[in-house]
Amino acid sequence: MTLEALNYATAWPEIFLLCMACVVLMVDVFIAEKNRNVSYLLAQLSLLGTFALVMVGQTDERVLSFNDMFVQDPMSDVLKQFILGITFAVFVYSRDYLKDRNIFKGEYYVLGLFAVSGMMLMVSANNLLMLYLGLELLSLCLYTMVAFHRDNGNASEAAMKYFVLGAIASGMLLYGMSILYGLSGSLVLSDIAHEVANAGDNKIGMVFALVFILVALAFKLGAVPFHMWVPDVYQGSPTAVTVFIGTAPKLAGFAMIMRLLVEGMGALQTDWQQMLIILAVLSMAIGNIIAISQSNIKRMLAYSTISHVGFILLGILAGTAAGYSSAMFYTISYAIMSLGGFGIIMLMARSGFEADQLDDFRGLNQRSPWFAFLMMILMLSMAGVPPTVGFWAKLAVLSAVVEIDMTWLAVVAVFFSIIGIFYYLRIIKLMYFDDAVDETPLSCGRDMQITLSTNGLLILGLGLYPAGLMSLCLSVFN
Amino acid sequence: METLYLAIPLASLLGAIIAGFFGGQIGRKGAHTVTILGVGTSFVLSLVALNHHVFAGGETYNETVYTWMVVEGLRFEVGFLIDRLTVMMMSVVTGVSLAVHVYTIGYMADDEHNWPKDSKAGKNSYQRFFSYISLFTFSMLMLVMANNFLQLFFGWEAVGLVSYLLIGFWTVRPTAVYANMKAFLVNRVGDFGFILGIAAIVMYTGSLDYQEVFLQGEALSTQTMSIFMNTEWSVVSVICILLFVGAMGKSAQVPLHVWLPDSMEGPTPISALIHAATMVTAGIFMVTRMSPLFEFSDAALSFVMVIGAITAFSMGLIGIVQNDIKRVVAYSTLSQLGYMTVALGASAYSAAVYHLMTHAFFKALLFLAAGSVIIAMHHEQDMRKMGGLKKYMPITYWTSLIGSLALIGFPGFSGFFSKDSIIEAVHNSTIPGHSIAYAAVLGGVFITAFYSFRMFFMVFHGEERMDKHTKEHLHETSWVVTGPLIALAIPSVMIGAMTISSMLFGDYFGTAVFVRESHDALAKVGENFHGVWGFVEHGVFSWPFLLAMAGVLTAWIMYIKQPGMAAAMVNKYSLIRFFHKVLENKYYADDFNDAAFGGGSRGLGKRLWKYGDIAFIDGLLVNGSAKFVGWFSGITRKIQTGLLYHYAFAMIIGVLLLMTFFVIFGNN
Repeated sequence: MTLEALNYATAWPEIFLLCMACVVLMVDVFIAEKNRNVSYLLAQLSLLGTFALVMVGQTDERVLSFNDMFVQDPMSDVLKQFILGITFAVFVYSRDYLKDRNIFKGEYYVLGLFAVSGMMLMVSANNLLMLYLGLELLSLCLYTMVAFHRDNGNASEAAMKYFVLGAIASGMLLYGMSILYGLSGSLVLSDIAHEVANAGDNKIGMVFALVFILVALAFKLGAVPFHMWVPDVYQGSPTAVTVFIGTAPKLAGFAMIMRLLVEGMGALQTDWQQMLIILAVLSMAIGNIIAISQSNIKRMLAYSTISHVGFILLGILAGTAAGYSSAMFYTISYAIMSLGGFGIIMLMARSGFEADQLDDFRGLNQRSPWFAFLMMILMLSMAGVPPTVGFWAKLAVLSAVVEIDMTWLAVVAVFFSIIGIFYYLRIIKLMYFDDAVDETPLSCGRDMQITLSTNGLLILGLGLYPAGLMSLCLSVFN
Repeated sequence: METLYLAIPLASLLGAIIAGFFGGQIGRKGAHTVTILGVGTSFVLSLVALNHHVFAGGETYNETVYTWMVVEGLRFEVGFLIDRLTVMMMSVVTGVSLAVHVYTIGYMADDEHNWPKDSKAGKNSYQRFFSYISLFTFSMLMLVMANNFLQLFFGWEAVGLVSYLLIGFWTVRPTAVYANMKAFLVNRVGDFGFILGIAAIVMYTGSLDYQEVFLQGEALSTQTMSIFMNTEWSVVSVICILLFVGAMGKSAQVPLHVWLPDSMEGPTPISALIHAATMVTAGIFMVTRMSPLFEFSDAALSFVMVIGAITAFSMGLIGIVQNDIKRVVAYSTLSQLGYMTVALGASAYSAAVYHLMTHAFFKALLFLAAGSVIIAMHHEQDMRKMGGLKKYMPITYWTSLIGSLALIGFPGFSGFFSKDSIIEAVHNSTIPGHSIAYAAVLGGVFITAFYSFRMFFMVFHGEERMDKHTKEHLHETSWVVTGPLIALAIPSVMIGAMTISSMLFGDYFGTAVFVRESHDALAKVGENFHGVWGFVEHGVFSWPFLLAMAGVLTAWIMYIKQPGMAAAMVNKYSLIRFFHKVLENKYYADDFNDAAFGGGSRGLGKRLWKYGDIAFIDGLLVNGSAKFVGWFSGITRKIQTGLLYHYAFAMIIGVLLLMTFFVIFGNN
């Protein structure tokens, strides 16, 4: 076996990122506490470098490498770009937050970079083992990051719950994968797909494996009834970690679903379609309804995530190219919205003050009209009000569902979305119509200001010109 | 000619637009100059058109000017149908409108006194007023020039809108606002019937075009439609009665008459132009235009005649007990509109339109004269505070006398020819109900004469009852007011004699008016017509003249000879007291409407609001569902206990359920 046969050029971004993660780890050990910014800048440079490598190596076709373990295709390129870009913004947002709490450590960035490596591997996995390794790399980093603020009881509790439940889910995933391996005799997704299509008597076993794999996927994305960890982890983690968990890994999760369900078990579509219907409806219902009675905005956004996951599943279960691309569009735009939402929370937080209560948003307009405006755009987008990107995302998913003659499902989705609008509008009402308790104006660094404004305006911009992103998502599945 | 026809309404519209949108810039003088120029142009061009059609023998013009859209074969167009009926209406409308425009300069000269100091509506109100009356002229021209039902309806609603705006012109007066609301609501009732009628026409003929619809008039009379369960109705009767309901609203026929007396809250020039001379006659014009349909329905004609007769008689009676000078004229208008309607019912369309024309002149004259008196009396309208004005206001006095004589139908005056021919036509009619109608119009003559001269004597003769201050300032009004009076007095005297032979008994209208031979009551009158003088001579020895003279005499006795007599009679005889009370309360029609329709709909609205809106929609649907979701949310959040083993349990349950569904049941 020669190096050329491995075709390792497709994995340059991953290789570079892993090396850089190690570099940051080493550098961080040797620099003085006051120079911690070096780690931050190095981490950002690594992300930018990786991003550049992904851009340079973009391809229009499906390229297999490392003995069919690794795949590079348009979908993986697009998702990697967004994962890297979003992580970059996450790092920008969290710097002041971490400094205020004396947890501005190199570990945050090292773990973050490793997690991004895990996500990129997941996105490019063409083998069950590869997928699992990527997922575990991501998950272990996230568990640690949740517990990152060691003195905080809530964070420790959240990390514990996340770890235990995550372990159960991983166990189920492995169990499902092992059955699949036993029945098909291969770990490579394309081989499995072939075996599944010709399953014959083995079909019941395949469905058995599907259930376990699906449960694990549902857990990672946070779909009801495997969502219990989401609110606790969102609330308990430092916001700098919540924003990370709530954004980039959703893209990786979407990729994992696409790889496993569509590429690996596409032949079982009728089965997973029905399972996803149950999960999607439950997620939209429970997510939207329970979000109403939350007083903690991080928790509220956690339930909002659950309901958005329901929408993403709707797009996937449509089982058509339009459905997949709409789900991808939805996932990307949701990640951007969620990024901005937590960004605002971090902007408002100071040392000793988390700004995670709904009441903290009272009269934000008096304190900072611009950021109140950005938050309003974000909330409207999450609610799905035009002219924001959230509207187009919902529209695309709904039309995909209507096209496969499941209009009732679209009606249910719209019904729960309407209920959901309430808690988004409540934030806007608090910001604009209530008087501020604390009237000090918000202050933050120039980099945060620019990134956050770009983030918010991107929501509006994509809402006004959705065609670019939409055609990008469509091209991926053709 | 098409350019000319287009220019006629557009000239008025242009004036209205300039005065309305740029009133602030061009000022008062600019506003009245531009609107008078606009309407003047319309008037002159109308006269050109009149000349073309009447004297130069021009052909009937029926063309589409603009097609708005075509929907499933139904064409929505703007088009003109110009024949002799149209040019007559156009000339009357623009002529009276021009006179009113000039008169308004004087009447509205000190309009700022009618508004509170810092009122925004009072700013540029003078210009706005001119804009409105020009807009009205435009709308009315569009109405009469229409060659299809859509444009007719447009004009119909547009004149209604301007009427609404002008009745409530002084928006700071609650009575004016009440009156324009009332006019609007009552006209809604009529217009609802009207649009139902148009809908029925479209449904059964598939066309909005007059000519196409008229061709099918006879065919419609043989068709029936079922409205309630099993009853069959003749289609043409249903259409005609529905259209006439529209006319009842616009032309203020009982029981939709209630808005017209209240409309006198508007400025007097408006009362003259819209609520006497032109807009209220739109209904009469419309029925005349629709004669090819009405002729095929005896039921509709009978309905028209009876309604007209009731209006003509009962509204005149109310005029007797009114003390507000404008209201007397208003009730007189109602009564005269009743006369026209009766003529329509008797198939004497030409007589109706003929009376419409003469009435437009002498009623506008009477209104403007009343306005002149009101100006001189410093906006006092109560006749009990007038008297002996003859020596102070000679021009107003003489023109009023001419108007009153024309109104009561004194032989030789224009009203005489039109009213007498209506009475004769009804006499000769064979439509069911003609005998009642004949009695009503004959009795109406006495009443008309009585209230007209009661007003005339109370205002211009007898004791001077005004206060000292007013008396000192009494003088004849300026030329912009008296000019139009004189201008209108001339046709009030002459127009009848000039046109009777051709309009009534000649072939003036040609094909514009269609009368079936069996209905042609006017032809029988025509058999005895031997020239204008013969008609006058005959008139002097007929019942109407004697009754009119009796009316004048009674008025003279009661208000000049023995001024206290009326009051004494009311006190002495309980029967008279009873009638007086009923009349003073206008047959309790307003009270009934307020209580039954006003109160009823308010009550219904209140109930719908209370039970439908507050209880059902707000309470149950909106707040109820919100409360339910909140409650449900509060309960379900408790599932999230925070305990790790509960979470794990939920996951296991989830796995088990999916298993059960898809592995065990799913594959059977």
